Amino acid sequence: MIDLKSIHKTFNKGKANQVDAIRGVNLSIAEKEFLVIVGSNGSGKTTLLNLIAGAILPSSGTVYIDGNDVTKLPDYKRSEWIARVFQNPLSGTAPDLSILDNFRLAAIRTKAKGLSIGINDPFKKSVKEKIAMLGMGLENKIEQPMGTLSGGQRQALTLLMSIMDSCKVLLLDEPTAALDPRSADVVMRTADKLTTEFGLTTILITHNLKEAFTYGNRIIQMAEGKIIKDLNKQDKASLKQNDIFDWFG
Amino acid sequence: MDFYLTALLQGLCFSGIALGIYISMKIFNIPDITTDGSYTFGATVTAVLLTHHFPAFIILPIVIAAGALAGSVTGIIHTKLNINPLLAGILVMTALFSVNLTLMGRSNIPLLNVSSIFSLINISGDPNHNTFWILLFFVVIVTLIIGYLLKTDFGIAMRATGNSESMVRALGVNTDRMKIIGLALANALTATSGYLMTQFQGFADINMGIGIVIVGLGSVIIAESLINWFKITSVWLSLVLVLSGAVIFQIVLAVTLSIGVDANLLKLVTAAFVLLIVSLPRLSFKSSA
Repeated sequence: MIDLKSIHKTFNKGKANQVDAIRGVNLSIAEKEFLVIVGSNGSGKTTLLNLIAGAILPSSGTVYIDGNDVTKLPDYKRSEWIARVFQNPLSGTAPDLSILDNFRLAAIRTKAKGLSIGINDPFKKSVKEKIAMLGMGLENKIEQPMGTLSGGQRQALTLLMSIMDSCKVLLLDEPTAALDPRSADVVMRTADKLTTEFGLTTILITHNLKEAFTYGNRIIQMAEGKIIKDLNKQDKASLKQNDIFDWFG
Repeated sequence: MDFYLTALLQGLCFSGIALGIYISMKIFNIPDITTDGSYTFGATVTAVLLTHHFPAFIILPIVIAAGALAGSVTGIIHTKLNINPLLAGILVMTALFSVNLTLMGRSNIPLLNVSSIFSLINISGDPNHNTFWILLFFVVIVTLIIGYLLKTDFGIAMRATGNSESMVRALGVNTDRMKIIGLALANALTATSGYLMTQFQGFADINMGIGIVIVGLGSVIIAESLINWFKITSVWLSLVLVLSGAVIFQIVLAVTLSIGVDANLLKLVTAAFVLLIVSLPRLSFKSSA
């Protein structure tokens, strides 16, 4: 589904503060794979995710998504395949817009934003039905501004928004970092459910090793811009939670 | 009474600026100083074409295009060259001064004995009433168009652009393009104000745009205070409040003049009044907290 071929990314090239964020990463992610990426701060996890999303472009190397060479495509064009959940719950939603408006935009992620009014009664009904899946009681608040909700609620809604339109790849950048344990649990279980139900290819970055242990069917560890461990489904299944702790020892 | 009617009419003329600033400032979060230039640009184009005996209804689309052009230049400088929007606006505004002066050929064009939209259409015998109905019709049409636009899928994407850029990009919106379109739209509206004002006051002047951005800001801030006060979420009501803001602003200025404040102090009073509206909600918050 996603193929990264000898990706390098250097920030501030040639200056005193030059950073080699990614140093020759080759990564092939199969369809419907749920990949977990762990690694200490500065290991290049988020840069790697941004390279896949197109928020930054690689210094060298090639990015393929679904067989297409997307190396030079900006993020707003890669949205055809990719939906994102950000670390900061504020980044994934527009706070001053109503929940309904947010969902409307998400529902036309892969389409043109035209000059017709897309919010009608059937659309409202389908949004309510989707939101009811969360069991947070938000389905009757769809006219409220997104900003009135808690971080956990917003993060859960961002996840739901990703499957409003056809979606193949789901990028989760520490989606639970800003959440309390209970909200984090709801968000992670929703992500897992959506991945299975909609056959998504999901990439999760997390610092929470319990999450890394519980979710996903492949795990990689990054350090200094390289992949230093790569465990497939069987190896990950036979892993114990303490083993992952030891990686950081 | 005529005094206040004139203030009302001026307020209606300024509704384009108010809506323009509402779009650039509130929707895109961009303080757009191009306004000063594009308002005069609209006025200049109107005056020059009117003196060449172009009919007023043909001038309008040309004025809109001129304003949109000015706005998109600011937008392109801001997004493609990564220049602070405030500076981009100032650059375009400064450049427009020369453009306007060149187009006009002198600093002032009086519009005596030329037909304007106010003399073309006759609804009421009283010229002031006539002007009022024409302006009101104009404002209603513009508001309907903008209100509809903001409700469309495109409009939602526009509103989200100023609100959460990372999100709209992830949802497939080219935010650079969106900002350029937004600034073009805002300045097209501003130029329309110049179009109306020139015909209303009967002349175009190279200095008429100086500090005009404050008129738009004042209107939007008055509207914003009311919006926060009554917790309004409706797009339509917000637009109506912005328009009322433009009228309230002019009436306050008229009152200031009528109680005998020196006309030379008008800009100072304007600035003080805007400061007052901006600070009022904060001051009252403090005492209640």
